[in-house]
Amino acid sequence: MTTSTPVGAGLVLRDLAKSYGPVAAVRGVDLSIAPGETVALLGPNGAGKSTTIDMILGLAPPDAGSVTVFGSSPARAVADGRVGGMLQTGQLISELSARELVAMVAALYPRALPVDEVLAIAGIQGFATQRTTELSGGQAQRVRFAMALVANPDLLVLDEPTAALDVEGRHDFWASMSEVARQGKTILFATHYLEEADSYADRIVLMARGRVVADGAATDIKSRVGGKTIRATLPGVGVDALRSLPGVTGALRRGEAVSLACSDGDAALRALLGAYPDARDLEVRGAGLEEAFLELVAEDEEAAR
Amino acid sequence: MSLTYLRYEVLRTFRNRRFLLFSLGFPLVLFLVVASTNRHATLEGVSFPLYYMAGMASWGAMLGIISSGSRISVERQQGWTRQLRITPLSPRAYLLAKVVCGYLTALLTMVVLFAAGTALGVRLGVREWAVMVGLVLVGLIPFGLLGVMAGHLLKPDSLGPAVGGLSALFALFGGAWGPIASHGALLDLVRDIPSYWLVQSGTVAYGGGGWPLQGWVVVGVWSLAAARLAFVAYRRDTARVA
Repeated sequence: MTTSTPVGAGLVLRDLAKSYGPVAAVRGVDLSIAPGETVALLGPNGAGKSTTIDMILGLAPPDAGSVTVFGSSPARAVADGRVGGMLQTGQLISELSARELVAMVAALYPRALPVDEVLAIAGIQGFATQRTTELSGGQAQRVRFAMALVANPDLLVLDEPTAALDVEGRHDFWASMSEVARQGKTILFATHYLEEADSYADRIVLMARGRVVADGAATDIKSRVGGKTIRATLPGVGVDALRSLPGVTGALRRGEAVSLACSDGDAALRALLGAYPDARDLEVRGAGLEEAFLELVAEDEEAAR
Repeated sequence: MSLTYLRYEVLRTFRNRRFLLFSLGFPLVLFLVVASTNRHATLEGVSFPLYYMAGMASWGAMLGIISSGSRISVERQQGWTRQLRITPLSPRAYLLAKVVCGYLTALLTMVVLFAAGTALGVRLGVREWAVMVGLVLVGLIPFGLLGVMAGHLLKPDSLGPAVGGLSALFALFGGAWGPIASHGALLDLVRDIPSYWLVQSGTVAYGGGGWPLQGWVVVGVWSLAAARLAFVAYRRDTARVA
């Protein structure tokens, strides 16, 4: 299932496993991320994303397998200040302003970025002097992002970084992230927003039930679910006739428009135009990431039965 | 450990008004009210204001240093300790910062109480003041460690009553509000409690003596035991979160 990416010394997970009591949260994850890559960890709730991230950050010891971060253990990499993390849970401590909190965290790292620079990237300047207890959820999320960023880490790990943000906040967040990615940092982010994985990651690692079920560029993953949809304006042809065309698995009519579900889009399109040259407004769409996601997760669940 | 980090931790401590109110305000008000009405009395062979000043400073300092450690509990619940675990800050440095903050609170309490004592007529030589401060600082060690232990054992909900109740008991048996026994088995018992020696720092400073051997032994044994308990609580706790 995994594409083995040969890497120098980025992030390497080997046969990683972790159970909590009877629950096998992560069941044999192999993953290699090259330096400078931006990778999305995608999957439904309970897929094992957070547990995997906890092990990468050294917060949880694996039951089996190994994690190496730039050739060393997670604990070593964290102690050296090479890792910045944004955890999914956790509040900001009180009695400090947003700026003071970021400065406090910056003081812990050997190669921290200038605090004001990070405040600007994370979009905190407008409320930098406010106490952490007075911030909105979205503002607090930006501060958490700044705390990860100020470390000036080689590896940035973000667990559901946009979970508390509204649409505009998400947009701003990814604008900041793109800037960070351009600096050549290795970035791993977990998300359940498909469009975020699609738009911002070089590569998507899809997890389900503690395993990696797909790993590749968004286009690769979409193409693994071969289906295409053809739409056309074609009056006066029965759906049964359309359904009998090669490569077509289903047909639907809405007024003058027809919509064909295809197992082989190319064959279906040729057959359609051969049989009905007057078909107009042709539109061929690949399956979206969402269809791919649903199908791959469903396949995995079926395989488990 | 980074001094900048420590500076922000100290800043946080002194911005916490509720914390200061309890560890500083209560002992101060109690001292002013009780000592001013007994200005010319004597207690345990020393002037009442001196005894009570040492008692209230000990209680306040004890409260401050236990509370400082126990605030770990709140930061654990907030997920802050987890956040810190993915930074280069070592757990030891984190605990050390908490103890330093506790000591600074304790020092502030002492300074304020000693100033109030001076205002009510307590007069000591420089050496006596220094010995008294020194003894209180040493006597606070087991309480600082107990605070760290409480921070790892207790939930924030139970922290207030536990810390308040515990330090009140220690203060009471230590004689902070007045000697609880002057002879017999009860005196022998309270002399085995470290808070007794905290309070005694006031009376011994008045002759320039310092603690007898028993004082050092009691504080030493309690410190070792509290260090062990704090360590066990810390290990148990971090193992569970990990």
